[in-house]
Amino acid sequence: MLEKSLQQLRKSGRRILVPYVMAGSDPDWLSLVDLVIESGADAVEIGIPFSDPSMDGPVIQRAGELALARGVTPFSVLSELRTRSFSVPIVVMTYYNLFHHMGIERAVTELRQAGVDGVIIPDLPLEEGANWRAMAKSQGLETVQLVSPVTSLERVDEILAVAEGFVYGVGSMSVTGERAELAETATAIATRIRPRTTLPLLIGIGISNGDQAAAVVEAGADGVVVGSALLRRVLEGQTPSELSYFVSEIRAALDEA
Amino acid sequence: MTSVMGNPDATGRFGEFGGRFVPESLMPAVIELDSAFREAWSDPLFRAEYTATLENYAGRPTRLYLAERLSEYLGAEIWLKREDLAHTGSHKINNVIGQALLARRMGKSRLIAETGAGQHGVATATAAALFGLEAKVYMGEVDVARQSLNVFRMRLLGAEVEAVTSGSRTLKDAVNEAMRSWVAALGDTHYCIGSVMGPHPYPWMVREFQRVIGDEARSQYEAATGSTPDWVVACVGGGSNAAGTFAGFVDTPARLVGVEPAGGAAVGHGIGGIVHGMQSFFLQDEFGQINEAASISAGLDYPGVGPEHAHLHAIGRARYDQVNDDQVLEAVQLLARTEGIVCALESAHAIAWLVEHKQELLSSSIVVTLSGRGDKDVETIAQRLGFLEGEEHA
Ligand SMILES: Cc1ncc(COP(=O)(O)O)c(C=O)c1O
Repeated sequence: MLEKSLQQLRKSGRRILVPYVMAGSDPDWLSLVDLVIESGADAVEIGIPFSDPSMDGPVIQRAGELALARGVTPFSVLSELRTRSFSVPIVVMTYYNLFHHMGIERAVTELRQAGVDGVIIPDLPLEEGANWRAMAKSQGLETVQLVSPVTSLERVDEILAVAEGFVYGVGSMSVTGERAELAETATAIATRIRPRTTLPLLIGIGISNGDQAAAVVEAGADGVVVGSALLRRVLEGQTPSELSYFVSEIRAALDEA
Repeated sequence: MTSVMGNPDATGRFGEFGGRFVPESLMPAVIELDSAFREAWSDPLFRAEYTATLENYAGRPTRLYLAERLSEYLGAEIWLKREDLAHTGSHKINNVIGQALLARRMGKSRLIAETGAGQHGVATATAAALFGLEAKVYMGEVDVARQSLNVFRMRLLGAEVEAVTSGSRTLKDAVNEAMRSWVAALGDTHYCIGSVMGPHPYPWMVREFQRVIGDEARSQYEAATGSTPDWVVACVGGGSNAAGTFAGFVDTPARLVGVEPAGGAAVGHGIGGIVHGMQSFFLQDEFGQINEAASISAGLDYPGVGPEHAHLHAIGRARYDQVNDDQVLEAVQLLARTEGIVCALESAHAIAWLVEHKQELLSSSIVVTLSGRGDKDVETIAQRLGFLEGEEHA
């Protein structure tokens, strides 16, 4: 569902926008999911908060801490998701321990029952993920793989061989967070990976505005994931219309690129 | 099959534990480190420099000391492996000298490290000064306040100390922050992990850099008695002094005991999990969120344990028991008064275990690793004893 849906967009020439929302950072977080979809999201990445988010910078850490302080659990997130259906694919991002703890069979089942189409598990690299990928695949849950600016081309190809959904190109050698200037690695990785895969290629980590999004699609990516730049605005208490404006601006920049 | 405490397989597994659960951005760095360590560790020149530095600079070999008055008190023969006498006051220096030499060999000019009590941070700052490297140490804000003297020591040695304000603001968060900063600095920076934890090759590499404790103790014990001890005991936080000690005795009949703090017993109370790059035991809530550890000794305040200990536990080769803070305070005083040694609160866990198991140990011979000296803890001990006395009189 995730891959199919994004491939269709790709073939129709539409650039792909995937905003990131932290589940439960505020009681009304599902409205934020609706808002980003209405503002032009093609899929939504939903974070399940974890106590030790070692790949996240201050903004996403803070959003996760707020959610945990509110008593949010993986099950509470999934049961909230179960009550809803969305017009675009849903991709859950979290750390592997939460799924390991549930047991991978149960985790995959729960995710599917909640209507989740794909997962991003940043601390589950190629070598450690075979059991998870097999279990997920057997139930139609797509596991997105990440490639980084320092991944060798040989390794890139090994990763691409098991990739599903889309390829997540890590745009910056850093944890999640906004950047005033686009990292050189963000365009470089798009150019480097593009000829090696026909999967949708999205760049994330550090993409902070429309110009930066446009630059990476011009370098060969199919779209972007935008996390901290959106969540910072959410944490600052920006109004729905301000948030909608921010997402629409990136949408417009992608459409014009 | 690899032998017990031999080299792990290529994926860094000790049985089902260990592995390499890191983001793709770090993967090339840990793979590079693995091959650099393999090469260095089989290079006699590297080994010679490591050994010479430990001897000339860090004061090795440390003594294996027959603690006669403590032995008399316990009715058993107690041999203390005196890591408290190593430079900087704990076993942490062994690992750090190894990693600093390796970092230099890999062309890195900068070390980063996490620290809880500050002992590993001080050791890292020391090695950085010795080899002319830069050092930055991540320390939870809570620990910065608890261990202000060690913060100053690190700064005096030229290291930068960053107070970590995320999560629970203790050691586990310092590990997270060190990993986060490493991603952005892979070119010139080596992450010098302080215990037998983290992604492969760290648990194995740190054990190898600490096995000097066990190897020395084994031959010192043999030289003194012509035999091997009945028991080998060490405290376990992440588990590096214990792993280094056990490595020297694992192929003898000695019974191996790791002593965890009751408030941070990852083997005793933890469940299987995957955090900080490794599959092991962790204190967790019912959903898999990591809980904080709570122990009187900041150096054992870690909610996880090295994966090789999880394995030694699973196969029954080592036993893991717990002691509580009150027993530890008693043990510090016992060792001080019988032997004139003020040991670290971490190390006192091992002594407290001897006291608790006195009956079981009668007439046996025991090697105990005294992982560090207690200067850093004197203030905490004073406060706690004052508090206990105050309660008694209330
Ligand atoms: C004196 C001393 N002993 C033990 C430890 C615990 O570490 P490990 O379990 O890795 O030996 C520490 C850690 O700070 C320490 O300072």
